[in-house]
Amino acid sequence: MLKDITLGQFFPGNSFIHRLDPRTKLIFLIVYIATLFTASNWISYGLMIAFLALVIAISTIPLKSIVRGMKPLVFILIFTGVLNVFFTAGETVLVSFWIFTITLEGIIRAFFMMTRILLLITGTFLLTYTTSPIALTDGLESLLSPLKKLRVPVHELSMMMCIALRFIPTLIEETDKIMSAQKARGADFETGSLMQRVRALVPILVPLFISAFRRADELATAMECRCYQGGEGRTKMKLLRFHRCDIQAFASAAVLLAAVITLHSFGL
Amino acid sequence: MAPILEVKNLTHIYSAGTPFEHAALKDISFSVEPGEFIGVIGHTGSGKSTLMQHLNGLLKPTSGTVLLGGKDIWSDKQLTRQSRFRVGLVFQYPEYQLFEETVYKDIAFGPKNMGLDKGEIDRRVREAAGFVGLTEEQLQLSPFDLSGGQKRRVAIAGVIAMEPEVLILDEPTAGLDPRGREDILENIEAYRKAKNATVMMVSHSMNDVARLTDRLIVLNNAQLVMDGSPQEVFVHAQELLEMGLDIPEVTRVFLMLRQQGVPVEPVYTLDQAVQALCALKGGLGRA
Repeated sequence: MLKDITLGQFFPGNSFIHRLDPRTKLIFLIVYIATLFTASNWISYGLMIAFLALVIAISTIPLKSIVRGMKPLVFILIFTGVLNVFFTAGETVLVSFWIFTITLEGIIRAFFMMTRILLLITGTFLLTYTTSPIALTDGLESLLSPLKKLRVPVHELSMMMCIALRFIPTLIEETDKIMSAQKARGADFETGSLMQRVRALVPILVPLFISAFRRADELATAMECRCYQGGEGRTKMKLLRFHRCDIQAFASAAVLLAAVITLHSFGL
Repeated sequence: MAPILEVKNLTHIYSAGTPFEHAALKDISFSVEPGEFIGVIGHTGSGKSTLMQHLNGLLKPTSGTVLLGGKDIWSDKQLTRQSRFRVGLVFQYPEYQLFEETVYKDIAFGPKNMGLDKGEIDRRVREAAGFVGLTEEQLQLSPFDLSGGQKRRVAIAGVIAMEPEVLILDEPTAGLDPRGREDILENIEAYRKAKNATVMMVSHSMNDVARLTDRLIVLNNAQLVMDGSPQEVFVHAQELLEMGLDIPEVTRVFLMLRQQGVPVEPVYTLDQAVQALCALKGGLGRA
């Protein structure tokens, strides 16, 4: 069911990871991704996996929820894997038939690529799992604020993102309701040719769009009623401040990056 | 007569096997006779909407069965699909499901899915429109140009056009003005009389259910706690109030009268109240 989509869902908690400043987590994620793309061998990948496992353990997010969030990505993972297996040139040919050849190098490369994507996504998931959307957009706004000098509407962008994140669950619920209602009138989404199935979506999409626009309109009115006029002169209820735990997090990110770069430069 | 719908030991658990697991329905059993008008009452979150969605096979019971005309609706695929047409379900705020260019096409959506021929679809659309009081000109309008109450009636017509043997409505009058509420209730009654259909209506208006229905089902905390005529149910006024439910206004007045020592039996409709008061006056006059 649609309700099982956990993408971008926030799990409230009070772990070390939850308490970190959102800016710390964002910077950490960027360093983590950079490190991930530097990693190039068994040892550094092992290190990354161990590190991620540690972060998951500290965050107290149940592993089950993380695995469930991965479900929609299985296709991308398999696609990447298959692509790499078949299209990597190498010397140690394992199987060869017709125009396909599978090499040992290809299998290793596919394995690395899949691990990399998995680590990338899990890391990003952890950010949204442990950070409320509001904290996340606050952090993003704060990090991007230097761009204001270049007349980039940073506040407006982060407000839009915040609203978008806020409405994902609402729209999922709405879609669920509309689907049930159309099914009650005999709509059939599961059988038929591709064209028929696409056409079967019209009775869902039209009401969904209409309700999304209606909601947007109502929200805009409600915001105007409370005198919202953009970021100019707006103060924050929760001021972002770096604490001791943030420094610890930065230190561990630096150590991780340094370790992987060292491994890389030694060609390990 | 054989019951048209039978619910046996129905239990439904949401998100089973996760930390968010909770039972929305626990061991519910009841049966519905053809032609009955049943009111379903219960506090928000008591499981009313979940129960309604089981009756036409939108939700599958975690355990227990739903029998339609004596057959388990989940026993084969064809039957599950048929149950959607034989048991028409009108959701809460159904006007938000309208999607077609014209009112006519929207009402025709259900009959079309049933695979009926053009003539039959046309007959049903016009008849359904008649039941809910839509005019010929309105059929050619875009549903989005109508008022809220009219949209709701179009949505109800969309379900009525399937000519279901059982019509289920989840709070059909929520958010309408008094005139709109009265119209919708009359439309439902008109359909019921014309087709000798069974109707189940979820409602928070005790005045409405007391006046219209011949039987009430009360849900509380996922369980069926009362099942009987309005007379039998409203006798338990105290329990209903404790469940966070209401009782009809006249019942409230009569209960107060009794507390004051006036010898009246509890009533639940205005007509009964008038009769009881006349009888009382007559009795006092003679005394």
